[in-house]
Amino acid sequence: MATQTQSQFTQQLKKYYSVYTGGFIAFVILLAIAEQMGLRPKYIGYAFLFATIGLYALIGIMSRTADVSEYYVAGRRVPAFFNGMATGADWMSAASFIGMAGGLYIQGYDGLAFIMGWTGGYVLVALFLAPYLRKFGQFTIPDFLGERYGGNIVRSVGVFAAILCSFTYVVAQIYGVGIITSRFTGIEFGIGVFVGLGGILVCSFLGGMRAVTWTQVAQYVILIIAYLIPVVWLSMKVTNFPIPQLSYGYALQKVTEREKAITVDPKEIEVRGILKAKADAASEKLKDVNASYVADKAAAEKKLADIKRDTKAKPEDVAAAEKALAEFPKDADAAKAQWTKDKGLAARAVPPRPHAEAFVGKDDAAKNTARLNFLALVFCLMVGTAALPHILMRYYTTPSVKQARQSVGWSLFFIFLLYFTAPALAVLVKFDVYTHLVGSSFADLPRWVSSWAAVDAALVSVKDLNMDGIVQLAEVVLGQDVIVLATPEIAGLPYVISGLVAAGGLAAALSTADGLLLTIANALSHDVYYKMLDPHASTKRRLTVAKVLLLVVAVIAASVAAQKPADILFLVSAAFSFAAAAFFPALVLGIFWKRASNWGAILGMAAGLGITFYYMATTQPWLRSVFGVTSSIADNTWFGINPISAGVFGVPLGFAVIIIVSLFTAEPSKKVQELIEHVRYPHLKGSAARSQ
Amino acid sequence: MQLTEKHREYWRKNVRLTAILMAIWFVVTYVVGFYARELNAITVFGFPLGFYMGAQGALIIYVVMIFYYARYMNRLDQEYGVAEEDK
Repeated sequence: MATQTQSQFTQQLKKYYSVYTGGFIAFVILLAIAEQMGLRPKYIGYAFLFATIGLYALIGIMSRTADVSEYYVAGRRVPAFFNGMATGADWMSAASFIGMAGGLYIQGYDGLAFIMGWTGGYVLVALFLAPYLRKFGQFTIPDFLGERYGGNIVRSVGVFAAILCSFTYVVAQIYGVGIITSRFTGIEFGIGVFVGLGGILVCSFLGGMRAVTWTQVAQYVILIIAYLIPVVWLSMKVTNFPIPQLSYGYALQKVTEREKAITVDPKEIEVRGILKAKADAASEKLKDVNASYVADKAAAEKKLADIKRDTKAKPEDVAAAEKALAEFPKDADAAKAQWTKDKGLAARAVPPRPHAEAFVGKDDAAKNTARLNFLALVFCLMVGTAALPHILMRYYTTPSVKQARQSVGWSLFFIFLLYFTAPALAVLVKFDVYTHLVGSSFADLPRWVSSWAAVDAALVSVKDLNMDGIVQLAEVVLGQDVIVLATPEIAGLPYVISGLVAAGGLAAALSTADGLLLTIANALSHDVYYKMLDPHASTKRRLTVAKVLLLVVAVIAASVAAQKPADILFLVSAAFSFAAAAFFPALVLGIFWKRASNWGAILGMAAGLGITFYYMATTQPWLRSVFGVTSSIADNTWFGINPISAGVFGVPLGFAVIIIVSLFTAEPSKKVQELIEHVRYPHLKGSAARSQ
Repeated sequence: MQLTEKHREYWRKNVRLTAILMAIWFVVTYVVGFYARELNAITVFGFPLGFYMGAQGALIIYVVMIFYYARYMNRLDQEYGVAEEDK
């Protein structure tokens, strides 16, 4: 390989991945034929699970390496186009693949904060970071901070922040892998987690960044095929046009008409009334849990006794009364949980939210707060995107600054393919639900509804609340994940496509998990072990340490995921605010302002992280309980900003602290100034060539 | 090494383009986002405009901006003699 030129290498990659893509499509077609001949769905699930993980393992083993530069930065010869695909897979997680369209279905316009935030951040990567980091040409993000600002303190803060952002994120990915494998193959969640762990390690353990890069490209191919096929099909079914992104405006208009009709439909109003009454009754009972519990239980017992005494009572009435008593909550705590849940029904007792309407609120003040939060969330997601180490690290792997610049364009292009499809998918599914499911009879529900309701009531549940035998929208509850998972069936595609979607979700989760694991392990092995503890370590020893740490981090993350931690989704979103506040100011000022000093960076990063953390800890319910915060949420809230967007305070503070402290401390040394000039120009004649 | 006036000019041009693109980014994201309710009154391709910008329009502009920046800078490198040697 060493004698090969870069363009020959690129040609070869194109050939390999074309063959790979063709082979994968052939595999799907073969399975489709096998399904027609009677292969059971369970085995299709297994075939996808083992074939794809086997493929990744093969690439992982072929990419094994004992070279430091290959292990950390894939030898710096990943062409812009392929690095774009790898970044796309690195970036798009289980949440993007499975959860995003569902989020858009539920939140309508307001869900677009994620679409804009997670794409617009790449503009910041392109303009402020990627080319300069590539020119700097080392191995990790803390590496850049350490070299630019000098000293181990700033490097340590960088390592701490990198691990903080990446660890919660990787736990969520492994959790996602567990869910997908268990849902599609029927194996237990705990085992699914460890199957997933195996899938992650085969991609990264032997070959580090090199192996991760080439599996991520392969995973991107699978995930994008798996995402687009069902949507195109559904688009054909709904709009008779195969490009959903162009045609869903029509579906959106129909959805808007249906929303208006559903809002004033008397049957819908009746169901909303029933839900409201239930919620009101529950909140009444919650005022004095113990007394209501005793009274309700006595009433249920009395009813059963009365019915039993009544000789004319029908047997089914007796059975119903017995069942009601048997299902009655065991103690007051269980009753409290039940009533709290019922109280939540109030959220369903409202007319459908207009899909395209921005910033919904009951009055102008509420709408303005919703708008402020939307914009703040977009800001945090964008700046966080441009500061997450596992993404920035990918731009170390291109052959040149020129290609690093182009590579950001390709990255966003490949991400864009999925992200501009997700809003279309949400609208198309909504169209189907509002026009076909709503108004159908309970005796004859669409098949996808009954089959997913049987799998998990949290995904789909429909209950005839007003007993008219017809489905009203207010009687339908769809979980966020079901939108993507059920699309193949809604579109009337065979099971093999459902298996393909699962394989796509798995690819999304595995690829992201790999990038994150490598970030954590490399921060520990390169920055902590090699740069701080043992700078004279041999190459062999460095790689051994790197691989052992990778294994240890992976096992810890999987063990945490196997506990099914609550609030994992909040932690993932929080990672963006943390990354934004910790890294973005220090990285950008480090490149664009020569005056930024060591202490400025240390204190700026600490202040940004600190205020972000403080705001979350005092306003987010779960963190409040962890830290025992007792003052009310309202007292701690600033400008009505939600805890998820805490970075909106952390980023400006980080910039301000770096600037002020830098002005009061000594100017960086001549050597550092030269390093800054070095990263600003792709090639300076006569400058000490210290990279490559 | 000592930077020449030409080097400084290269950097100024880079910073200027960065600032222009950031301004476009800001308008597309935050100004359009701020007025999303008002823009929804206008319909393009069957979409309310505010919704369309968030779901598609802004994304297309981001992609184009990044490729434009890459092309402009890669040419500027050549022009100012700071391009990398081809490998």
